Amino acid sequence: MSEILLEVRKLITAFDTDNGLLRAVDQVSFDVAKGKTLGIVGESGCGKSVTAMSLVKLLPQPAGRILEGEVLFKGKDLVATSPEDMRKIRGNEIGVIFQEPMTALNPCHRIGKQLSECFLLHKGLNKKEAWEASIEMLKLVRIPAPEQRIGDYPHQLSGGMRQRIVIALALACRPDLIIADEPTTALDVTVQAQILDLIKEQQQKLGTSMILITHDLGVIAETCDEVVVMYGGRVVERAPVLEIFHNPRHAYTKGLLASMPHMDTPRKTMLPVIPGMVASLQNFVYGCRFCQRMKREGSMLRERPIYKEISPLHWVEACPHCTEGI
Amino acid sequence: MQHLLSVENLKIHFPVHGGVFKRQIGAVRAVDDVSLTIAPGETLGLVGESGCGKSTLGKAIVRLYQPNAGRISFQGEDITKASQSKIRPLRREMQMIFQDPSESLNARHSVRSILEEPFLIHGIGTKEERNIWVAELLDRVGLPSSSVDKYSFEFSGGQRQRIGIARAIALKPKLIVCDEPVSALDVSVQSQVLNLMLELQQEMGLAYLFIAHDLAVVKHISDRVAVMYLGKIVELADADSLYRNPRHAYTKALLSAIPVADPAAKKERILLEGDVPSPINPPRGSAFGHRMKHPLYEQTIDKELPLTEIATGHFVAADPCCLSAEDYALVS
Repeated sequence: MSEILLEVRKLITAFDTDNGLLRAVDQVSFDVAKGKTLGIVGESGCGKSVTAMSLVKLLPQPAGRILEGEVLFKGKDLVATSPEDMRKIRGNEIGVIFQEPMTALNPCHRIGKQLSECFLLHKGLNKKEAWEASIEMLKLVRIPAPEQRIGDYPHQLSGGMRQRIVIALALACRPDLIIADEPTTALDVTVQAQILDLIKEQQQKLGTSMILITHDLGVIAETCDEVVVMYGGRVVERAPVLEIFHNPRHAYTKGLLASMPHMDTPRKTMLPVIPGMVASLQNFVYGCRFCQRMKREGSMLRERPIYKEISPLHWVEACPHCTEGI
Repeated sequence: MQHLLSVENLKIHFPVHGGVFKRQIGAVRAVDDVSLTIAPGETLGLVGESGCGKSTLGKAIVRLYQPNAGRISFQGEDITKASQSKIRPLRREMQMIFQDPSESLNARHSVRSILEEPFLIHGIGTKEERNIWVAELLDRVGLPSSSVDKYSFEFSGGQRQRIGIARAIALKPKLIVCDEPVSALDVSVQSQVLNLMLELQQEMGLAYLFIAHDLAVVKHISDRVAVMYLGKIVELADADSLYRNPRHAYTKALLSAIPVADPAAKKERILLEGDVPSPINPPRGSAFGHRMKHPLYEQTIDKELPLTEIATGHFVAADPCCLSAEDYALVS
């Protein structure tokens, strides 16, 4: 087992709403090892993005806050870190790649200015050095003609190019950890393949760890070492990638894997489905939330299912209905 | 076989204005010389990267865009230049499902009025009959009958798409153009909606033009698949043979780019460099050959690269840059 870079322990993040305090992330725990990629997968509203944004404390203010738990990054608890210190960590030691490359870049500034900012703020370079370092970064993410492109505004670039810039921004200060929230969802498959290869290559070169958030199980299978499956704000299963795909234990993980059409499923046949839909945050039960979706009212577990390790590194939320035989 | 829909040499160009006097300085060739047919009860999948013109083609077929050249015939009748009053009865036969159901459903209308509207427009039925039909439609797409007085924003994405489908099937059409109907939905909801679409097709004998960028979804639902690149169809074949034996280099690259949901699978990925060229100023020769900087590109400049049958029912653009030498010998 390699060295642990980030440890998340029983993290609870809640939002103040008109319906009271709602827990979007409910006791989530996982580790990220050095140089490895952890995938977080789940459907919309499962809390995967809120988990990621809690780690770097970029929650919508003033509604969102971390209620409990620890986020240990290189041994330091980020939950207790002051906003000033967080600013020094973000962009420097932890890089973030957001989903929408258009909104993640400032439309009013040339990309060179936005890239140099990282170097000016975190690395103490002067303007000229920062500008040259920015050109280097553009070369690294394989933007053609970087000396010319560096003077462009974001709207002058295509979606794929913009996402490369966002990756360059995240990588600029050689962070130890990259958090990528749906980095390729807005892109075409061919561009997605380019971007994923680029991220992987840079990660291997620099030994960076990554948290990759996506709803695409194909992307998970191709890029991750370990996977966390989230449902209703909780981790229902967590295991190494091969184990998740070949030996899933939780009914939700099994359902997700089965409901995707594969290239070899017979055409025009009915796909297996997960009935019902995700309940809204305020209607979630305390007990097993997947049982709630499956409408097992009578026999549903009233207690919160226990999150336990069933075989080395394979954790599941143990419920008599959703995880048979555990 | 009688075609339900046939499209011949369709061209749709959008003017680009510029300069001080906003004169037309060019055109976006969104759809450039496309021909295809759809048989009754068949699903034709249409795939391609964003900006390749697949949505424009879909919208032109239901006559939301006016084509610049070419011919669209529906049930043997030329509808390319049909007037609005002639189009209206046709809309009973041809419907559309849109990508984002939250935008394509009017938020100020209840489900009842959304589903009743097609009947009202076409002046069908009495109030009582329409109420019964609306209830039947809701039941058919798997929504509770209590939803008739709710508004679209009260539903989840998957349920909204079900309302969109109910509206499309209300008048028992023969063809539905589906523009990315499941791409905004979560995986588990996506399979529910796909199953519903398959069931409806079997029951009602619907034909679909299924436009999507998710190749696994398209393969699952389609009988035949057309691949578009920069306004042109580059390959069209039976779904199984297209996916098992793609001939065009672009199709091969597209298929190899799909992430496979199996970490143990080893695969060769054909990485494409660069982006799709601009349709305002497309390369003069093979568009994909240009992107690959193929040595034979010079040969294709100003040449027709017609879609040619390479095997029974398998059509591919006769492009020396994008076909293997043996395949090119077969089509040239």
